[in-house]
Amino acid sequence: MKRLVSMAFATAGALLLQGCAGWQSALDPKGPAASELAWLIWFFTALCAVVWVLVMIALVVPLMMRSRAQAEPLAIKAGADDRKLRAVMTAVGLTAIVLIGLTLLSFFANRTLAAIGSDAALTIRVTGHQWWWEVRYEDATPSRILTTANEIHIPAGEPVRLLLTSTDVIHSFWIPSLSGKLDLIPGHMNVLDLKADKPGVYRGQCAEFCGAQHANMGTFIIAEPRAKFDAWWNDQLQPAATPTGDEAKAGQDLFLKRPCVMCHRIGGTPAGGTVAPDLTHIASRQTLAAGTLTMSRGNLAAWIADPQGIKPGSHMPVVELSGDELNAMVAYLEALK
Amino acid sequence: MRAAVAMLLFPVLALAACQREERDTRPQSALGSGEQPTPVTTLEPGGQRPPASDNKAASFEANAFHMSEGKRLFGWFNCSGCHANGGGGMGPALMDQKWLYGSSIESIHATIRDGRPNGMPSFRDKIPDDQIWELAAFVRSLSGNAPSSAAPQRNDDMMAHPSENRMPDAATLGKSP
Repeated sequence: MKRLVSMAFATAGALLLQGCAGWQSALDPKGPAASELAWLIWFFTALCAVVWVLVMIALVVPLMMRSRAQAEPLAIKAGADDRKLRAVMTAVGLTAIVLIGLTLLSFFANRTLAAIGSDAALTIRVTGHQWWWEVRYEDATPSRILTTANEIHIPAGEPVRLLLTSTDVIHSFWIPSLSGKLDLIPGHMNVLDLKADKPGVYRGQCAEFCGAQHANMGTFIIAEPRAKFDAWWNDQLQPAATPTGDEAKAGQDLFLKRPCVMCHRIGGTPAGGTVAPDLTHIASRQTLAAGTLTMSRGNLAAWIADPQGIKPGSHMPVVELSGDELNAMVAYLEALK
Repeated sequence: MRAAVAMLLFPVLALAACQREERDTRPQSALGSGEQPTPVTTLEPGGQRPPASDNKAASFEANAFHMSEGKRLFGWFNCSGCHANGGGGMGPALMDQKWLYGSSIESIHATIRDGRPNGMPSFRDKIPDDQIWELAAFVRSLSGNAPSSAAPQRNDDMMAHPSENRMPDAATLGKSP
């Protein structure tokens, strides 16, 4: 029985600690900003724990060692006041030293964070919407400016500068394994620099309550080697693939005739709406609806047929489509790689 | 006794706060046809014809959620391109007392759905019917035809008029009470 209980405790502990690793954990840093912050929080926690233990000892020990009632409690003891004064002054001095030390540490950590993006070669404008992320890659050549949604590709090992803003309410951009969180505020631009040490996929999450589907506002940072990143960028700049096959052609026709065209853009077609995610290469993304569904034919169909069932309150309306029309639409979107 | 009543009253009042406006974001597609014809005039030989009303109109007309959604769509679909936030430009103003094709929500819905001569395009099949109703409800509030407690607040853009919940009531506009 005792062994069973201890095993259960060990398993529970292991499972709990497992939550600290993975693609969305501030305790599993994968970039310089996150490791700086992780180190800082561990040091703060450890030092504060030590201080707390010392205070507890100083409190409990005298209580345990309380002397018996004195015959003359009001008698003045020589040197007692001096001793107390010394103890208090020592405590005040130590507190000041610890506070100054932690302040300095936090100051230097901030300097390190600020220095990360000082020579960033890549600027990405991230705009928060209810409830998805608009991602625009800035470039000196206007024809190379690229707009996508929800997935942020960055070159691994290189600092990247993110310009954060919002169009509706305040959101917060947070990729726990890469950096701290920063708000996206309407009418205001915040700057966040980050760097991913190694290639990989890191999940992020809106960290400021922004309405009904706040929990379903995920994003992904995909760090790739530079060559792969450049190839990806060039691919994304291409207009959407021309549909082949009758079904996909019918799907494109439908897309342009139905309400989809009012909000979404598909490069190379007359669809030019910019109030909803750009769908030019939607099938090349890993997820649908800001990290809510994995990209698959079935999920695409489910999302189009009933977006309000998957993300109630989202701004994508229910559009009436027959079964055949839905199939055609999905066939078209699925080919937009 | 008095304390007991107060104790009872408090949870009742607190629970009353749970009552909130219904938000129907998933319309029944069977109701979404929006094909009801709307007359543009009440003139009819042999007497006035009965006013047409749509069974959807009432659920959109004074609903705060739908009106604010309409306000968002008004910007998204660039209605301001012609109507300049209701102040009028290439298209007629939407905030005054006289409406060319009727000020009922059904008439405005028909205007958006079917278009009107001299430039208003038809948005049939381009905007889902429920969103046309939302737009119509918002456009109606531009002239004060909505309860100020439900009309959208806070304009994010330069507007030709105060925010909708501060508009004078269209029913008494320009008249002494």
